[in-house]
Amino acid sequence: MTMQPQLVPEAGGSPNPGTPDSPLSEAGVAAAPQEVVGRSPGQLAWRRFRKDRSGVISASIVIFFFLIAFAAPLIEKLYGKDPYTRYGQIHPGLLNEVGAPIAPNGGISGEHWFGIEPAVGRDVLMQLVYGIRTSLLLAVVVVIIVTVVGTILGITAGYLGGKVDYVISRVIDTLLAMPSQLFFIAFTPIVLALFVSERETTPTMLRATALIIVLSLFGWTRIARILRGQVLSMREREYIEAAKVSGAGSGRIIFKELLPNLWTPILIVATLDLPTYVTTEAALSFLGVGMTEPTPDWGRMINKGFEGMQSDVTYLAFPAIAMVIFVLAFNLLGDSVRDALDPKSNR
Amino acid sequence: MTETISETPAPAPDPAPKSPGEPLLDVRGLVKYFPVKGGGLVRRKMLNVRAVDGIDLSVAAGESVGLVGESGCGKSTTGRLISRLLEPTGGTIHYDGNDITHATRKQIAPIRSQIQMIFQDPYSSLNPRQTVGTIVSSPMEVNGIDPEGGRKKRVQELLERVGLNPEHYNRFPHEFSGGQRQRIGIARALALQPRLIVADEPVSALDVSIQAQVVNLLQGLQRDMGIAFVFIAHDLAVVRHFSQRVAVMYLGKIVEIADRTSLYANPHHPYTHTLLAAVPETDPDKSGNRTRVHAFGDMPSPINPPSGCRFRTRCPKAQDVCANEEPPLIGIDTLLAGHRVACHFPGPLEATAKAEESMPEERIEAALEAGITTDPE
Ligand SMILES: Nc1ncnc2c1ncn2[C@@H]1O[C@H](COP(=O)(O)OP(=O)(O)OP(=O)(O)O)[C@@H](O)[C@H]1O
Ligand code: SF4
Ligand SMILES: [Mg+2]
Repeated sequence: MTMQPQLVPEAGGSPNPGTPDSPLSEAGVAAAPQEVVGRSPGQLAWRRFRKDRSGVISASIVIFFFLIAFAAPLIEKLYGKDPYTRYGQIHPGLLNEVGAPIAPNGGISGEHWFGIEPAVGRDVLMQLVYGIRTSLLLAVVVVIIVTVVGTILGITAGYLGGKVDYVISRVIDTLLAMPSQLFFIAFTPIVLALFVSERETTPTMLRATALIIVLSLFGWTRIARILRGQVLSMREREYIEAAKVSGAGSGRIIFKELLPNLWTPILIVATLDLPTYVTTEAALSFLGVGMTEPTPDWGRMINKGFEGMQSDVTYLAFPAIAMVIFVLAFNLLGDSVRDALDPKSNR
Repeated sequence: MTETISETPAPAPDPAPKSPGEPLLDVRGLVKYFPVKGGGLVRRKMLNVRAVDGIDLSVAAGESVGLVGESGCGKSTTGRLISRLLEPTGGTIHYDGNDITHATRKQIAPIRSQIQMIFQDPYSSLNPRQTVGTIVSSPMEVNGIDPEGGRKKRVQELLERVGLNPEHYNRFPHEFSGGQRQRIGIARALALQPRLIVADEPVSALDVSIQAQVVNLLQGLQRDMGIAFVFIAHDLAVVRHFSQRVAVMYLGKIVEIADRTSLYANPHHPYTHTLLAAVPETDPDKSGNRTRVHAFGDMPSPINPPSGCRFRTRCPKAQDVCANEEPPLIGIDTLLAGHRVACHFPGPLEATAKAEESMPEERIEAALEAGITTDPE
């Protein structure tokens, strides 16, 4: 452990403070206290973020998607359609005898803004709105679980070290070495079978739970590994030693000294994780192991759109374009969040 | 200034003084080995970094003891052992009569607040996510101390005491300069009203112009509050003005310890002589014709220190006996009581300088090589 004078400031701090080591300010009480309240590293990050155009735009888009998901029942009321009713079969003149929408562009009309689903005849807009809701909800729940579990295990491994670290690290290595997508496909039915016998139809909640469990099982390793590394380097810092010298226990050191310095990586990983889980969930539904009919689902819509692509591109276009926009915006947002929180890393 | 010199009279080995003159801190035979994996691809054996290898040191209440030596000699490790951040491999540490050598966090709690630390690096010693107020008040929070008028008032008093604007308690560390940060660290150490502060190179990372100000601040604190200090430094210049007694460390051992005046006026260990060569002369009359002894080669690895006297690979006066017998740290008749030297051939600076001049080239080269070959594998 070399104790070289390390003149690099901590992450989050601007390198040079306003007050230089002039004899006057050193002598102390001098220097007029014009602005006494200091800016926290978090406030500085927020200022940087607000100046970042692409960050603000992508944040707006992401917020827009979340609003849609959140306000889906309200949209349903205002729009007057629901995602389940088979309008094409109830109202004549919407679908022809082979089940294709009669109106051009997939049946877009004043009644059905995004058209109607081929054959089944459900409203596309409502399906998309509720599909986004399902996918985002699942992804958010997974991100929360993964972040909490990963943070706890990562910090514990890094701070306690020794055998605890060894065990957690080996588990992480093992999970990371597995082809996770393959396991999702293989495991989801197994997890489901644990709860329901094959004959019964699986309730939606159970399907969602199974998906969340399987995704979380593999997901926590990313954040845990990153935090473990961070804590390993932080636990030698002198402010941790200062806390120990003052008599602080492990709990206090973890929550009061370490955790406040870890929000940056936690937030960065969580913002990068969320779109990953949206696409993973979509991919699983696309492959048929995710959410099933009639629950509206973003990924399954895309799957269905692909099947009928030749006859009706519109049904594929809306969910696919929406997802591209969402994932793109979220990834740009992730970059902006990282730049704002960790200004030194953006090169 | 409290000129307490608590050394027991010379005849060594001195038994731990009891009752009246009992020191605040008493360290006996302190040892710290860090196990490390050795080189070699196939069979990796565990080796020990012998960072601290048998140190005796006592500090009286209100006294300041300097601990000096070059980088890697084990100063910080000693400091961290005293403040119980590290678990000693051997030896004992007594604080105020209590054995705290292996005390757990719970056991040490009652005296935890009395031993505080000031750190070297003003950047890593303050949590960047906490305000100055939080940093300085958290020791009080941990120990459940509620001063009259509240913690905030106490924080402001402390900030004022260390020469900072008391209104700045809401600011974050990144808004301060290195010197000011170090003052914040000092305020934090003072928050628990300690009786002993281990200051690990508190000014080494600061600009030269600011070092003196921070040393003056510490000196004022020591004088006014009667706090005992273990002041760690890598050269003799800084401790000269601060410490009543100075211990010189080399490769995990104390090689010379003496009262300040005796050490600077009458250094007797060849290693001390090389350290003094690096101290700028303050007396203008003497500058220019001062005898200087130069250290050559590098410090050998603490994993595999030289046999006998550890300084022998770099010592101008080394003889055969130095390789075979380890010199004990003992008093010398011609010197003041309490001045102890660990050398088979102790002598004044001039003698070492003369030995260095007459040292044949091969000897220097051999020494340089020895410095390299003592590294493991
Ligand atoms: N945790 C550790 N594990 C292994 N070796 C260590 C550890 N801490 C210190 N050492 C080694 O112990 C020796 C003494 O280190 P120490 O930090 O006490 O030296 P120092 O005198 O304070 O040096 P500096 O002036 O560089 O601060 C060095 O060789 C160092 O590499
Ligand atoms: S014991 Fe020998 S080698 Fe060691 S310092 Fe004295 S003279 Fe030099
Ligand atoms: Mg050190």
